Amino acid sequence: MTQSSPLALRGITKHFGAVAAIERFDLEVAAGEIVALVGDNGAGKSTLVKIISGLYQPTDGEIVLNGAPVTFRDASDARSHGVEVVYQDLALVDQQPVYMNMFLGRELVKGPFRTLDRGRMANETQELVTELDVRIPSPYARLSDLSGGQRQGIAIARATHWASGLVLMDEPTAALGVAETAKVEETILRLKERGAAVLVVSHNLEQVYRIADRVVVLRRGRQIGTRSIAEVEKNELVAMITGLVQ
Amino acid sequence: MTLILDRLRTVNWRDHVVYFAFALVFVYFAITQSDYFLTTSNLTNVIIQAAPITVMAVGTVFVLATGEIDLSIGSTVAVAALVTAKVLESTEAWPLAALAGLATGLVIGLVNGLFVTVVRLPSFLVTLATMGLLVGVARQLTDLKSVPVLDDSFVWLFGGGKILGISIMVWWTLLVVLLGWHLLRQRRFGAHVLAVGNSPAAAQVTGIKVNRVRLKVFMISGATAALAGILYSGRLQGARYTLGESDMMSVLAAVIVGGTALAGGKGAVVGALAGSLLMAMINNGLILAGLNVSQQMIVRGVIILIAVSLSLRAKKSN
Ligand SMILES: Nc1ncnc2c1ncn2[C@@H]1O[C@H](COP(=O)(O)OP(=O)(O)OP(=O)(O)O)[C@@H](O)[C@H]1O
Ligand SMILES: [Mg+2]
Repeated sequence: MTQSSPLALRGITKHFGAVAAIERFDLEVAAGEIVALVGDNGAGKSTLVKIISGLYQPTDGEIVLNGAPVTFRDASDARSHGVEVVYQDLALVDQQPVYMNMFLGRELVKGPFRTLDRGRMANETQELVTELDVRIPSPYARLSDLSGGQRQGIAIARATHWASGLVLMDEPTAALGVAETAKVEETILRLKERGAAVLVVSHNLEQVYRIADRVVVLRRGRQIGTRSIAEVEKNELVAMITGLVQ
Repeated sequence: MTLILDRLRTVNWRDHVVYFAFALVFVYFAITQSDYFLTTSNLTNVIIQAAPITVMAVGTVFVLATGEIDLSIGSTVAVAALVTAKVLESTEAWPLAALAGLATGLVIGLVNGLFVTVVRLPSFLVTLATMGLLVGVARQLTDLKSVPVLDDSFVWLFGGGKILGISIMVWWTLLVVLLGWHLLRQRRFGAHVLAVGNSPAAAQVTGIKVNRVRLKVFMISGATAALAGILYSGRLQGARYTLGESDMMSVLAAVIVGGTALAGGKGAVVGALAGSLLMAMINNGLILAGLNVSQQMIVRGVIILIAVSLSLRAKKSN
């Protein structure tokens, strides 16, 4: 069923001048699958996510979504193809209410004057956060009044709402405490249950073992290997990441 | 129902200080200047006096809410007023004259916006430069001479007219404030303005065209400054290069007192109206109290300092 997987990358390569940030990267992520992307600092993980989300154009290679090859001019182009990203530094506006963040750039309007439909945005937000079990005081709460975990929950809920089956995450829990991380991991697992394909960058191997089905290792832009979580020992994973055999 | 209660609970009362201040100052002058302050003619006068500042304040709310600043509005007033008066003088067609004035403001805004978005300079520097440039243009345009505005229709529509017994200046104020409020609070554009001012990066990744928003707010600012210039030339029945030269500080004061964040992300159009009326009322009260122009400037300076401190403190405590 190669044709229908939500994301397929074929020979993705990215050069920044003389620096090869990504070299011939191949990956497929199936619906309902969580793939973790691991590697040392500067390995090229964020670069890969930025390529899939339209922020960078690949030097070479092909991105295939649901069987159709695509090229993105910019982030909003990728977004219109249903590619959603959750960033570590939360791409949210903290002085706006939760519902506004949920619909940022895609606000709902009503009537002949196309005025903002705040009520409907708030209601849909409430439904969505209830479904994903992200606990917030109210969709009208200002984002700056929420905890880091709640905010990341909102970011994930937003991505889920707009994604057409594929959600990318770049270190979604890097800024969170233990309890909040657990909560966000629950949310990620709920996405999987809903049948989303998730590609998540993580530095935390414990986390990778908790949530991922497969893991891809990058080292200095090179794809060292792709393993099923059930079949890879942590030692081996560390060796692949660092290049040192223990 | 619970959602409405939630909504009330999340209202930040500090954002509404301007209305309390307004009420306080109003009551103070009503008591201390009781024989004159409360007369209808004096109160209407406050709104009329404030009209050009209010109009510019609405444009400035958009600029500040986007996290930018437009220092060139004062000199835009003079240039737009002079262009309007000159076109009126030579063509005697008042609609054409008014449109020429408005177009002048839009072009100035466009130029400011292009330097900010394409050349990527800070708006503070760009508009500081265009401010100086436009002062020169205003002086050059008519060799420092005033241009009379004699067309009756123009003077009625932009100065002395009345509709339903209420000064046309009050109607202009209402129109611009309503339009501004609608644009900022009820349209997607307003939501994008606040998002860009709050976090340009977040706005960008959600697909908001950040630079297009910036370009538009500078054009709005140029247009409102031009309208203010047209209103001055209608009210004074003439244009002069000195028009608007001291307005920039008054406008910024009105907007910041009104609850718009200097650092972006927060804008209040109705607050700016209240701020503008508050400043005009204080001016009016100070004149009635017998203070001279220098003393008035000092008091205004102190008010601006207090307002800016409050605005920045509120931002930090977030
Ligand atoms: N815009 C850019 N211009 C030039 N070089 C870049 C650019 N972005 C990334 N790089 C380089 O590409 C390489 C990969 O960077 P990337 O940010 O993808 O790493 P990463 O795996 O996400 O690291 P980290 O774990 O620290 O987030 C680095 O050598 C980096 O310096
Ligand atoms: Mg990274």
